[in-house]
Amino acid sequence: MKSFVFPEFQIIRDEERCGQCRGCERQCAFGTHTYDPVADRLISDDTKCAGCQRCVIFCPKHAILVRPAPSFYRPNASWSREKLEDLKKQAETGGVILTGSGNDKPFRIYWDHILLNASQVTNPSIDPLREPMELRTFLGSKPDIMDISAQDGKVDIRTEISPNLMVETPILFSAMSYGAISYNAFGSLARAACKSGTYFNTGEGGLPKEMRAEFGRCAIVQVASGRFGIDAEYLNCAAAVEIKVGQGAKPGIGGHLPGEKVSQLVAETRMIPQGTDAISPAPHHDIYSIEDLSMLITALKEATNYEKPISVKIAAVHNFAAIASGIVRAGADIIAIDGLRGGTGAAPKAIRDNVGIPIELAISSLDRRLRGEGIRNRCSIIAAGGIRCSADVVKAIALGADAVYIGSAALIAMGCTLCQKCYTGKCNWGICTTDPRLSGRLNMDIASQRLSNLISAWSHEIAEMLGGMGINALESLRGNRDHLRGVGLYEWELDVLGIKGAGE
Amino acid sequence: MPRIRRELYCKEICSCSIFGAMNQGGERFNAAGVMKAIANMHVRGNGLGGGFAAYGIYPQYKDYYAFHLMFTGKSKQDRLEAKAELEALLCHKFEVVYDEEIPHEDESTMIDPPLVWRYFLLPHKRGEEEALSDEEYIVSKIMQVNTKIENAYVFSSGKNMGCFKGVGYPEEIGRYFMLDRLYEAYTWTVHGRFPTNTQAWWGGAHPFSLLDTSIVHNGEISSYGTNRWYLEMYGYACTLQTDTEVIAYAADLLMRRQRLPIDIVAKILAPPIWNAIDRMNQSERKLLTTLRMVYGPLLMNGPFAIIIGQTGRMIGLTDRIRLRPLTAAKRGDMFYLSSEEASIRLISPQLDRVWTPNGGEPVVGELNNKRTVLQ
Repeated sequence: MKSFVFPEFQIIRDEERCGQCRGCERQCAFGTHTYDPVADRLISDDTKCAGCQRCVIFCPKHAILVRPAPSFYRPNASWSREKLEDLKKQAETGGVILTGSGNDKPFRIYWDHILLNASQVTNPSIDPLREPMELRTFLGSKPDIMDISAQDGKVDIRTEISPNLMVETPILFSAMSYGAISYNAFGSLARAACKSGTYFNTGEGGLPKEMRAEFGRCAIVQVASGRFGIDAEYLNCAAAVEIKVGQGAKPGIGGHLPGEKVSQLVAETRMIPQGTDAISPAPHHDIYSIEDLSMLITALKEATNYEKPISVKIAAVHNFAAIASGIVRAGADIIAIDGLRGGTGAAPKAIRDNVGIPIELAISSLDRRLRGEGIRNRCSIIAAGGIRCSADVVKAIALGADAVYIGSAALIAMGCTLCQKCYTGKCNWGICTTDPRLSGRLNMDIASQRLSNLISAWSHEIAEMLGGMGINALESLRGNRDHLRGVGLYEWELDVLGIKGAGE
Repeated sequence: MPRIRRELYCKEICSCSIFGAMNQGGERFNAAGVMKAIANMHVRGNGLGGGFAAYGIYPQYKDYYAFHLMFTGKSKQDRLEAKAELEALLCHKFEVVYDEEIPHEDESTMIDPPLVWRYFLLPHKRGEEEALSDEEYIVSKIMQVNTKIENAYVFSSGKNMGCFKGVGYPEEIGRYFMLDRLYEAYTWTVHGRFPTNTQAWWGGAHPFSLLDTSIVHNGEISSYGTNRWYLEMYGYACTLQTDTEVIAYAADLLMRRQRLPIDIVAKILAPPIWNAIDRMNQSERKLLTTLRMVYGPLLMNGPFAIIIGQTGRMIGLTDRIRLRPLTAAKRGDMFYLSSEEASIRLISPQLDRVWTPNGGEPVVGELNNKRTVLQ
């Protein structure tokens, strides 16, 4: 059937600069560029281009430019080009439109409507280059009251403290499974987490055996509805265990790793036959209610001898705060909430673009809910989905999060350009693929260096912002909405965020 | 679920002078000396707030809780209505053994003074509330008055102690309430205030107190928002629009309700930095790590120097990186704390020992023999 869809991108090649080295041809897994030996020219097929910019960056002569195709349908506010084309694609295929990465729609980004405070006169700002500035955070349940006995200067703690994760900076790598991302990308996250004093999350694809001894100590291992790759050793080698209930990019639906991506190593790690589809059901079929979740939390605590905090990850949906409160009462030590803009390796576009609520509002309402019930101490909150820079981290913590997960930001640090073609398995950047030819492009030394550089850069910036507010320990920022002001927000939005408007 | 409105409270920030004098022998003295000392730091305040906490002033009523009430409001009518509403509650919930207006000088000398009254009372618990301890009961009633009754504020509630405060320089407040003539205490703490951003009101002056714990504070708490939500989880309503209030409530939560010793409390309010903790021996490291983990939300961040007054005890503490001044001194039985050494020297030129406490390190003065004041 003839496709009626325009090419998304236009490739412009400067023939004078092009040296016919065929580098672009080798770089593109989508087969966009081909060499014509008769004309000694490279020919580009715009229809195949994913817009990932790999060829542009790797062209030694800077001869290629890839830009959005300027072709247009008659302008129509209701029928945008995207709506028209999605419809045409469905008319041509009869299928669900898949996509990758996070929601790219122009829903209000609250981070950009929140401003931070700084000290002037009455309270000295603190220079983080000269004074201590502490970002260390503990994630897990804390008791309300400590029973301490002090006799003759000897102090004894009688209260049993539940296990907590210690992070040197409040930034963790979000769940991205081996299989969805390449071995090299997965390994780079693990290495960078260990180097930077933080944690990476294995996602639901298991943790390759050979990585357990070295990287288990900075791994949060996931237990998801597919139960891939779970055994006692997997649970016990890790620092914490996370039950994945939902994901911000696709709340309410499961996952599907196509058989083509299930290589031998992926198959071994996930404990499934090679080449078979790895399907995670939409719900956990042993969790149909909160009491079922409570049983799984307890089972995992039993399996790990009560030595590891148990996290529960849910997507931020309409009534999630009440659900999260139930999850805390069910025994979770950490609640991870994933907002509207959370990323994914593959999701139906209709779901990704229309389900969930923004993380900024979610953090605030969850924090207030738990405080209102007096159980905020009993769990930590990790916020995920749409954290783009250090200021977002500071705002998330001031709204009530204990720490954040970064997913897309970490991938971007490794080279991702958010072309949203993750579901094809043809990632030219070697990140979201299991093709050994492509994943070999990601050098683990360099990628992990880029990741730990990112953590270090953000941490410095967070320290700088904290110092400006006259705060020298991160715990004094948590839930401290005094240091936030809104601009350009409606009254109800300020109410939900619990912050004053600028100048109020 | 109905939407929770965001709050538009205003946090007052101020710079200040603080002074404390204690006779560890338990001998009581009037406020003339401390008024002279605080007047010497006149320029650290701007006349928008001053106050005193005095311990041992009501020996004849030492077994009764002494409530000091402030009735504010535009007109005399408003104040009397607030008083009537409060007294209706007191009659129902307490046994009032004596009450009177707190004696003062001519009102025309002060700016807009409220009606200030004192009640000596005992709790009268009924029904379910009988299970509460006296102190829990009193605290819950104070929170009720301060949040529910418009124009009425309980600003002092301990036994055998009282706070006096208002808008004006501290030496003016002292004269207004005739502290140098009518009262003798074994501990006086004083505060002179320099608020920067809000119009002054009598309730916003220091000290802040709950039961027998009083706080005078110089500084600004940058962690106010965090401290506040933590304390609210434990039922403390922050109504007085100032960051000093959170220190008073934190002290109450940790020292009275959780019975933690002052050394531990100091390590919670102003903990050592992680670099130092990581170098400590194993048991100390474990203790301090656990304290920071559990009580992180009570870390008082930002510059402060405080003097905490309690029955039989006076404690000085600064923030962990010591951004506000505090000097301690001893002379015989007398123990002094002050923002400036000159003020101590003014009333006691000869001192046995003068020192500057380290950041986050509490200095504690206790009565040599508590019985001297308690019996």
